[in-house]
Amino acid sequence: MSLIDLAAVSFAYGRGRKVLDGVDLSIEAGRNLGIVGESGSGKTTILRLLLGLAQPTSGKVTFRGAPLDPRNRPFMRGFRRSVQAVFQDPYSSLDPRQKIADIVAEPLRSLNVETDIDAAVAGALASVDLPPDAAGRYPHEFSGGQRQRIAIARAIVSEPELVLADEVVSALDLTTRIRIVELLKSLSARTTLALVSHDIGFVALLCQDLVILEKGRIVEQGTARDILSSPKHPYTQRLLASTPRLPEFA
Amino acid sequence: MSDATPAFAPLPRLRLTPAFLIGATLVGLHVVVGLLTLIWTPYDPTAMTGGRLAPPSLAHWAGTDRLGRDLFTEIMIGARIALSVGIGAVAIAAAIGVTVGLLAAFASRAVDDVLAATLDILIAFPTLLLAMLIVAASDGASLGTAILAIGIAASSIVARLTRILARRVLAMDYITAARVSGTGWLGIVRIHVLPNIWPTLIVNFALQFGLAVIAEASLSYLGLGAPPPNASWGRLLQEAQATVYTAPFGAIAPGIALVSLVIGLNLFADGLRDVADPTRRRR
Amino acid sequence: MADLLTIENLTIRHVGRPLVSDVSLSVAAGERVGLIGESGSGKSLTALAAIGLLPDGMTASGSIRLSDREVIGSADRDVAGLRGTAVATIFQEPLTALDPLMRIGKQIAEAVRRRAHRDGRSVDVQAEVLGLMVRVALPDPARLARAYPHEMSGGQRQRAAIAMALACRPSLLIADEPTTALDVTTQAEVLTLLETLVREENMGLLFISHDLPVVGTAVDRVVVLRAGEMVEQGPIAEVFGRPRHPYTLGLVEAARAFDQAIGAAL
Repeated sequence: MSLIDLAAVSFAYGRGRKVLDGVDLSIEAGRNLGIVGESGSGKTTILRLLLGLAQPTSGKVTFRGAPLDPRNRPFMRGFRRSVQAVFQDPYSSLDPRQKIADIVAEPLRSLNVETDIDAAVAGALASVDLPPDAAGRYPHEFSGGQRQRIAIARAIVSEPELVLADEVVSALDLTTRIRIVELLKSLSARTTLALVSHDIGFVALLCQDLVILEKGRIVEQGTARDILSSPKHPYTQRLLASTPRLPEFA
Repeated sequence: MSDATPAFAPLPRLRLTPAFLIGATLVGLHVVVGLLTLIWTPYDPTAMTGGRLAPPSLAHWAGTDRLGRDLFTEIMIGARIALSVGIGAVAIAAAIGVTVGLLAAFASRAVDDVLAATLDILIAFPTLLLAMLIVAASDGASLGTAILAIGIAASSIVARLTRILARRVLAMDYITAARVSGTGWLGIVRIHVLPNIWPTLIVNFALQFGLAVIAEASLSYLGLGAPPPNASWGRLLQEAQATVYTAPFGAIAPGIALVSLVIGLNLFADGLRDVADPTRRRR
Repeated sequence: MADLLTIENLTIRHVGRPLVSDVSLSVAAGERVGLIGESGSGKSLTALAAIGLLPDGMTASGSIRLSDREVIGSADRDVAGLRGTAVATIFQEPLTALDPLMRIGKQIAEAVRRRAHRDGRSVDVQAEVLGLMVRVALPDPARLARAYPHEMSGGQRQRAAIAMALACRPSLLIADEPTTALDVTTQAEVLTLLETLVREENMGLLFISHDLPVVGTAVDRVVVLRAGEMVEQGPIAEVFGRPRHPYTLGLVEAARAFDQAIGAAL
């Protein structure tokens, strides 16, 4: 069953050049999708479309088969509860003047989810391996990796079906990065992930399906296994060849 | 260098620098005196209580004016007027300025451009000139029109500052996260924008307060302020002008009162700024 | 062969607190040395200390010899003479090193002129600028020389910054996260360029990065820093192939996990 579909989606700012051109993709429940592209590939725009933060110039974005309509409030409330996001910069994605408890509770409060908010926040913090007393503190008391955990806690507190993650590890150190990957891996038992990233290694660790973007077009899509073992498009081949790997030392 | 001080701390503690303490003391003194006049003054401000243009004495600390009224009493009442003008004008400037500034920050590009250009034009007018025009256009000079005029004139500066600060906050990822969380625009303003911009706004309000006090004194000096008997410092200065060579204290005393309040407000604002602006915070 | 840069027992303090403790390393001509560490490891501070540009309030002790001149304790004007001649530096974000209001060709020309002036020789500046732009593989140099930094791509800007560094004819090049801000495909190109230039000019390279695979392909020897302390150092095959310290082992395993995900198929 597909959660979100983009059908023949194009996007341009004003009368400018198309940032996205005829993009078709669908995010299936239970199958993590990696959307891989470099700067200028349009991956950020795809993310905004998937989150309903921007409307396509042409083509359709549908959630469970129904078109995303920002004016349909009850529908959007259900959509927001089901589709959450984590962003790249953990220093910019948490309001510095809010306590962690309020940051994590924001989706529940804004969407009027009827639940025990304190318990839900405590549960979400526990899921991301943060101590319960984190709730009473402020973002500046936490490291980058911990902040990203807080952002993930906010994204899962409403028990969404899909979490979109925008370059969530690229601002983090390698050792922190691998721990966030482990966390995301454990979360994908509960929710579907869509990872937008330039880092094919990170995406490959977590996703069953891949979409490769170049300059606003999808150049290749399929299962991660197929694309990684036998990339068809020259751009995918170049991307894979360019990704630095630690040499093998005998 | 990752463990450097974070860019934002939640609610920074006031550090009591000497400048801040002096400023707070000066402002506090004026507030106490201003409140005191509501229940007690040394003399009836309208009564002729001594000789005309008497120099300072034990009975009349600041001497008397040309009608023989106690100048110290008038200066004390002047403090009350200055403070009410400051509070009133800043409240008006804040209400209009913050609202317009937020609207501009949220508005579409075209609306924002128009608003920004309008604000730039308004700011190019000196506050005093704008206030004079507003007073001239209203029924007549009163304390109320002076407050309204100064408040409206100052609101363009507050609006521009609010717009810039709010834009900076709106560019942060936590705003996108709030939208994804289903938070509406009003919620975003209340939960995220205002708490993040108020420290800087408060500093600006303190500065605007001082400017409003000066503007009111200037309007009164020009005869466009509150009519007697609510003598403001500006009117005292204007009345003392004719006799400044024979009775200099009539000008010096209200001058000291005006300058001490404005300096106090500026020092107070600077102290607040050190707290609100982390880049100015020293170890 | 004399070392271009020798750092011995370098300790950097800020208000008494040590940020870097007892770090020693050396770079010889033609040698590529990596300085690897995560944020807060002190790798960039070490590089800044080497060129005498520590931020105010930080003090260095120990010994840093740059082209046989002691940096620690020297007046800034003595060290300043070395920057741009003996040593050149490129940074993560080339925009910070480039003047946004000056055409790129002019900026490179200035570096060329400065160097020629110091050597007391006269050069055909225009030809040398175009030559440098060709060397760093900037496309259509004659046209691009008239471009402003904001009109160029990130990769082109970094190439321009490298061209400016080369104009100084340094014996030592310090590269602080030079490819971190670049796309993967561009990163690969810039790394290849750096390798070629270092080999052909027989420069020393001090390569600072947090990225294990990048360091693994860009250098011969590596120094691992963690929280200001040297954890391990040696040839990369040894340090990354048989890590002795658990911290290095953790880094290597994390990097391998990402690599394995892509698959060894390629």
